[in-house]
Amino acid sequence: MEKETLTVALLSEGDTLTATLSGEIDHHSAATARETLDRALFKHRPRVLCLDLGGVSFMDSSGLGLVLGRAALCEELGAAVRLLRPSLRVRKIFAVAGLDRIENITLQV
Amino acid sequence: MKKKINELKLTLPALSANEGAARAIVGAFCAQLDPTVEELADLKCAVSEAVTNAIVHAYDTPGGPIYISVALFDDRSITVVIRDRGCGIADVAQARQPLFTTGADGERSGMGFSVMETFTDRLLVRSRIGVGTRVTMKKCLS
Ligand SMILES: Nc1ncnc2c1ncn2[C@@H]1O[C@H](COP(=O)(O)OP(=O)(O)OP(=O)(O)O)[C@@H](O)[C@H]1O
Ligand SMILES: [Mg+2]
Repeated sequence: MEKETLTVALLSEGDTLTATLSGEIDHHSAATARETLDRALFKHRPRVLCLDLGGVSFMDSSGLGLVLGRAALCEELGAAVRLLRPSLRVRKIFAVAGLDRIENITLQV
Repeated sequence: MKKKINELKLTLPALSANEGAARAIVGAFCAQLDPTVEELADLKCAVSEAVTNAIVHAYDTPGGPIYISVALFDDRSITVVIRDRGCGIADVAQARQPLFTTGADGERSGMGFSVMETFTDRLLVRSRIGVGTRVTMKKCLS
């Protein structure tokens, strides 16, 4: 078994789905995370998706793709997306894309 | 004249499982110049972008070669070259624009080159259709 470099823990409470991501987000690890998140979104159909990024130790533009891709899906499903606890590193990547105030905000795509 | 003090050469097959290894190895090698935590994180992220591009965009079938070379200089500058023998880029200037992507699955943000540009001091991209792509990044440490 290949070691997972990124784990996703899910918690569904009321109309909020919280996904806690820990580890490194790159193109390789994003694929499994995307499947996990999308399956949970279709299963729970939350009104709010909280992505807790506090445990993300590395992220590149593939992480941006993962988050923005989920935001696009959430928009289709009528859910809002909140990003929780982005580290300085994570914020630096979002800032390159011009998204520099991302804490606890609803992401618009 | 600045002098080269150390050099790393590495060839990896274009497999997504190698993204983490590539940035970790380059990061570990550059650590001997005693970069700040932020400088090192920036460099590893830029390397991850270039390597990922070679994996995602360069080859039709996975596993083609990615050549990585890292040179350390006595003026505390680092040059990283990431090269592939893949499909090449038709219009490099367009490819470097923020948000430009040929990724069709909606999962690419088109920000890879912008990240490389922001996180290094110099980014040079040379590419020829059918021949491959060479990305050269220079980072000057404090
Ligand atoms: N090594 C390469 N070989 C062939 N095409 C490339 C290569 N690197 C980049 N490209 C082209 O340049 C475009 C822009 O690259 P960039 O890294 O900025 O964005 P992306 O890879 O599409 O998305 P992201 O990096 O945000 O996931 C790519 O979509 C691709 O068309
Ligand atoms: Mg890219």
